[in-house]
Amino acid sequence: MIGKTRLSEEQLSENFADLHPAFSRDEAVSDASKCLFCFDAPCMRACPTGIDVPKFIRQILHDDPASAAETILDENILGGSCARACPTEVLCEGACVDRTLLNAPVQIGRLQRYATDYAALNNLRFFAPGSATGKSVAIIGSGPAGLACGFALRRSGHAVTMFEARDIPGGLNTHGISAYKISTEFSLSEIEPILEMGIDLHLDHYVDANELARLRQEYDAVLVAVGLGSTSRLNIPGEDMEGVVESLDFIFQTHTGPLVNCEVGDQVLVLGAGNTAADVATQAVRLGASSVTMAYRRTDREMSAFAYEYELCKADGIEFRWRVQPIEFVETNGKLSGVRMQRVELVGEGREAHLEPVTGSEFVLPCDMAIKALGQIPVLELIGETGLDPGALKLDDRGTTSVDGLFIGGDCTHTGAEIVDAVQDGKMAAAGIDAYLRGNS
Amino acid sequence: MSNLRSKPDISANLAGIKSPNPFWLASAPPTNSGYQISRAFEAGWGGAVWKTLGHEPIVNVSSRYGALDYDGRKMVGFNNIELITDRTLETNLKEVRQVKRDFPNHAVVVSLMVESTREAWHDIVKRTEDTGCDGLELNFGCPHGMSERGMGSAVGQVPEYTKMVTEWVKEVAQTPVLVKLTPNVTDITQPGRAAREGGADGVSLINTINSIIGVDLDTLAPIPQVDGKGSHGGYCGPAVKPIALNMVQKLASDSSFGIPISGIGGVQAWQDAIEFMLLGATNVQVCTAVMHYGFRIVEHLTSGLENWMRDKGFQTLDDFVGKTVASVGNWNTLNLGYKVVAEIDQSKCIHCGLCYIACEDGAHQSIAKSLMSEEDYPSHGSAARLTSAGREYLAGAGDGYVNRYEIKQETCVGCNLCSIVCPADGCITMIEKESTIPRMTWTEYQEGMASGTMDPIPPPDHV
Repeated sequence: MIGKTRLSEEQLSENFADLHPAFSRDEAVSDASKCLFCFDAPCMRACPTGIDVPKFIRQILHDDPASAAETILDENILGGSCARACPTEVLCEGACVDRTLLNAPVQIGRLQRYATDYAALNNLRFFAPGSATGKSVAIIGSGPAGLACGFALRRSGHAVTMFEARDIPGGLNTHGISAYKISTEFSLSEIEPILEMGIDLHLDHYVDANELARLRQEYDAVLVAVGLGSTSRLNIPGEDMEGVVESLDFIFQTHTGPLVNCEVGDQVLVLGAGNTAADVATQAVRLGASSVTMAYRRTDREMSAFAYEYELCKADGIEFRWRVQPIEFVETNGKLSGVRMQRVELVGEGREAHLEPVTGSEFVLPCDMAIKALGQIPVLELIGETGLDPGALKLDDRGTTSVDGLFIGGDCTHTGAEIVDAVQDGKMAAAGIDAYLRGNS
Repeated sequence: MSNLRSKPDISANLAGIKSPNPFWLASAPPTNSGYQISRAFEAGWGGAVWKTLGHEPIVNVSSRYGALDYDGRKMVGFNNIELITDRTLETNLKEVRQVKRDFPNHAVVVSLMVESTREAWHDIVKRTEDTGCDGLELNFGCPHGMSERGMGSAVGQVPEYTKMVTEWVKEVAQTPVLVKLTPNVTDITQPGRAAREGGADGVSLINTINSIIGVDLDTLAPIPQVDGKGSHGGYCGPAVKPIALNMVQKLASDSSFGIPISGIGGVQAWQDAIEFMLLGATNVQVCTAVMHYGFRIVEHLTSGLENWMRDKGFQTLDDFVGKTVASVGNWNTLNLGYKVVAEIDQSKCIHCGLCYIACEDGAHQSIAKSLMSEEDYPSHGSAARLTSAGREYLAGAGDGYVNRYEIKQETCVGCNLCSIVCPADGCITMIEKESTIPRMTWTEYQEGMASGTMDPIPPPDHV
């Protein structure tokens, strides 16, 4: 049954320890020496923020981790978070030519962490605000997109005011990533230098449509970077029953309180097979669930979790049920006791294959906790309230919208991507805002 | 039929000093004592040159060694400010005698260095040979510490002194005498000839090169530091091999030289040893590699040499010693009508672009870059194609493209640079092409131009 984890504090801290421990200097230099210093480097091209990977690795190799950190943070101010949580196997490391040469890539993520940790540990600062332009920008949302945008705008000399609905900054970066990838403390420490650039942050400050209208009057430009909201509803019976939880709430608890207070079921069923599903499944195991099953309508060939996350799930002993979909949450004595599932047949090829329910194939998967990880809906009610059409809002890759002075970026412009994508979105929006404020958009 | 072949004979004979194989330990810290040399012989070394003896033990400083590390590789180069033996002559000679008794078939050579008087040299030569050692090596090479006292390279840098001291030694020596030469000279043939004229039975080279290995960027003190100060030291290790090979070849090809050579300088792998021998050395001496890894390296030096000899069909060392000496000549004897161009095997290319940027910025702008379609992507191993979340990720691809590199053979000057920087084995090779220039040397070209029978060769087509 659902309750506080039964694992000891020691066991929990072991389970939630860094997935990839930090490199020592010897490890960093040894791995850095495998970097070929490619020309027009594939790793750099594969990085959404365009970090000059060969350059920062060379700086590590030549014992200059401070310069390496500057190279990274210059392009990606959340380089420390990305070093921990990026799906490097499909980004920089997926492009690394050492995969062909040595059957294994340079461990770029861990090298990036080595450099950014060095800068953090030594409290190094590399950037200063630009000379004041007299222009002011309001940023709604303090997640990766908002932070990256605010940082870039401060470097350009614009005044930045940031509004955050929660009581801590960072958005999903702070409370939405498994704690063994990014800890709350780390996320907050990485945000500190950004705020030091002179960002006026208002916490516990939800912006509604009326206020948005007012902000558009008061500020020269406004960025909406409010991220994703609740998980998509399944719209099946029993969905609001006790024991049915949302993936982000499940992750959130590991960031807001001590791990010993986290709640987990004994038999956990995860609905969905994306990267968030993989995160909650492995987290449920680490919180002490005795069995965790992932159920997905399609198969492991179509699942949207990266191969690496899938391997992590398998290593954590998670079971998989393919080609099944939930049709009802089953109640016993007022509590969740299982999920009625139905087999489906895939008609067609790949992710476009049509799902054909198999009649009479229903069965109940027993569980005392069901976690919905089915993708989240962009928080666009804010925009919706303004009467604007959320669907047709974003006009270009610099966050420009059809509304004069209103910009948009980050997860709320799509259905969710990586931190690194949000950072790049924020950077691009800052470029768009800067051009707009200087009158040459 | 099995492929088992008999082992070649790798016994060596340098100026009458015989050893079961051509691998000797050079006079240096690994040959400081009977204990070490006994262990080395047990490990398989063919000979050893005892760390230089003098009449009185010297006093060393602390620290003494420094290293040149390169991009994560330790000890690519090495230097030291250690002096000759710091043990008494009596102790050393007692141990030489014991080692020779225990290992009668191994070469025990003793390095000597004393003040430059006939009496001093006569005395130490007699006392040393009384141990039953197989030969003597005169240390005219040490560039630090002893040279300031009129010994070591102070002798080796002046051919007249080299000849004179060698003569003194030869007046009393009963065993073969090798003269160890310093590379800290402009022309190695001068001290080489002087040694021969003095009666030396052979030479060994190179001793260490004068050097400062580095500066500590925290303390700003030189490395190695002694109470914050440093001194010029002797440089050795893998990085000095090319300098040593050149000097060995110079002497081996000098018609007025003509005595055996023991090659020294950066031997770490079997290939290094063979290169020394092809360029004229009868055997090799090793120090730095042993200081790095210990005596056991002789096992793979030996196996590598034997395997190579079998592959090449050489039965004895004499079959190949000096075989490359005559192939080295002055630049103006080279054939201007010979042409190679680079060729990239696309199936082996990993798309690192190192060839391209090296040629573009560092050489002759003769590699073309274009975008490759995924269909053209080589069929590397499975690791190069990774499937994740239903998508395939190609190593070498980024931002939606893969670079394809191709040699512009019409402008390629055949410099080798791309094939040198390419990390993928066998990907870039140099292919012989027909040249538009007829077979001729630079000298013949000059003569042809002067006599009006030849037109100037047009410069290469660069961008």
